[in-house]
Amino acid sequence: MHNLEPKLFVFLLATFLGLEVIRRVSPLLHTPLMSLTNAISAIAIVAAIQITAGGHSTLSTVLGTIAVTAATINIVGGFLITDRMLKMFRRETRRRD
Amino acid sequence: MTNLHSLGSLFAAVDVELNISTNGAVRHLADRDSILVWGSYLIAAALFILSLKWLSHPKTARRGVLAGEIGMALAVIGTLLMYDVVTYNWVLVGIALGSIIGTPMAIWMPMTAVPQRTALSHAFGALAAALVGTAHYFEEVAVPGVPHLDKFTMAILAIEVFLGALTFTGSLIAFGKLQELLPSSIKGLPNQNAINFSLLGVAALLSIWLIFSPTSWIVFLLLIVVSLVFGLCLVIPIGGADMPTVISLLNSYAGLSASLMGFILDNYLLIIAGALDGSSGLILSIVMCKAMNRSFTNVLFGRMEPTSAASSDDIYAGKVKSASPEDVAMLLEGAQRVIVVPGYGLAVAQAQHVVRELATILEEHGCTVEYAIHPVAGRMPGHMNVLLAEADVPYEQLKEMEEINPTFPQCDVAIVIGANDVVNPLANTDPTSPIAGMPILNVDKARNVVVVKRSLSPGFAGIPNPLFAADNCLMLFGDGKKALMEVVAALKEG
Repeated sequence: MHNLEPKLFVFLLATFLGLEVIRRVSPLLHTPLMSLTNAISAIAIVAAIQITAGGHSTLSTVLGTIAVTAATINIVGGFLITDRMLKMFRRETRRRD
Repeated sequence: MTNLHSLGSLFAAVDVELNISTNGAVRHLADRDSILVWGSYLIAAALFILSLKWLSHPKTARRGVLAGEIGMALAVIGTLLMYDVVTYNWVLVGIALGSIIGTPMAIWMPMTAVPQRTALSHAFGALAAALVGTAHYFEEVAVPGVPHLDKFTMAILAIEVFLGALTFTGSLIAFGKLQELLPSSIKGLPNQNAINFSLLGVAALLSIWLIFSPTSWIVFLLLIVVSLVFGLCLVIPIGGADMPTVISLLNSYAGLSASLMGFILDNYLLIIAGALDGSSGLILSIVMCKAMNRSFTNVLFGRMEPTSAASSDDIYAGKVKSASPEDVAMLLEGAQRVIVVPGYGLAVAQAQHVVRELATILEEHGCTVEYAIHPVAGRMPGHMNVLLAEADVPYEQLKEMEEINPTFPQCDVAIVIGANDVVNPLANTDPTSPIAGMPILNVDKARNVVVVKRSLSPGFAGIPNPLFAADNCLMLFGDGKKALMEVVAALKEG
């Protein structure tokens, strides 16, 4: 593997940073949090694109295309739903009449 | 100085890797293009971190979503720039298909269905990770001559595919349970734990085999099958009340497998985004376990045994007071401060809107209404907050357990809807109880308590709740939604 060492460092730092940042997220927003991190980790789409577009075999194209589809569902769905949920969190009481 | 040096070599590494990844199938990039690609990744990584930072407060949270979206768009465009136009037809097919499936799901899905959609998206994420790992493996193995997969790469690839595959089937089962396609608690096989450990052992052995003989592709396929089965076995016996923990754990696994994919494909952005997702899942799992006073191993490998130490008859006999909706309405009319305690049952009965209606009437009478949210209320972390926000409850009224617990003695009426174990005072008083030490909402300290519940049946822990027999407690028997609608009607008449 190329550059195992910097990768481990990046992984370690990102994990610690993630723990620190996410610890500060109010429990009020834990559901949108899970939904958002899910969309963000669908960045796996870039790997799926590499495999689909850069692969040599039909197998790579097929598996890659399914992976691109799955990741896109998470990206589109994740961001849309997170925003839908966050829009509902209001400060002011709205009177109904 | 060392730091600067590592940082420099990191960027250099990204630069080189982008050119040589996927066996040189990628057209070699001019320096300018290459900077464009890793530059977009670098900005995307920063935006992802900011996105999570801004999510910490409702005021800035939507900005966080926007940052995430921009980061994602940048990274995807940056990646597409790497390839010749002719080769990415299938990529566009995948993106189009994914958008066609994903968009309607996101727009029309009811908020009560968020937990199952989340489980499903863990499944999709894990599927993508497992498929990319598999495709990469066969690409590498297909190249004749010197094996490309060194021991480290193979080990990481094996773990990545293992996690991806087990999270895929595990999340599908979780989805099935939350969508009620499967019964919420299927009894596992008699030796479920032994079977699980054996499967884990087999997966480990197959991985070791692959590390020393990376070209044995049959072993690789076997590893996938074992991992898929392991995922099924792991989640099938886990009951409905443990779903918040299970979803969080699966979230963590999905993130970790995405991160490992980044190791294999030399993609730092993937390593970072996966690590963020993984750490988020880990934090939520810990929060859920603490809130239920259980350990990971206890959730995954053990079930709570119902005890019959104090029989429910002794506790309840002659002491439980049943009230009519009119009684409750009268009690509420005189109240200055009311705390609503919503539980899992409220989500199931979809009673959040009628709760809000009740609160509006009380507020018009000059009464203060607040909501006490236990961390495990609902079917996934934070689910209850979303449901109440949807019912137009302002978020300042949604109080966390630590915040609201000291104020129960100043509360005139606490209304418990569809919650049981999380308000059971035995957790504080009886050290032998299975829920001993579990953090609870101190509802019993309120002046009056109204419990809306179908019957006196025990909650998930399988133990009776002395709260129901307390002097200050009235039971309003019935379906949560219907009972509350009757209370609302009585209040309107009165």
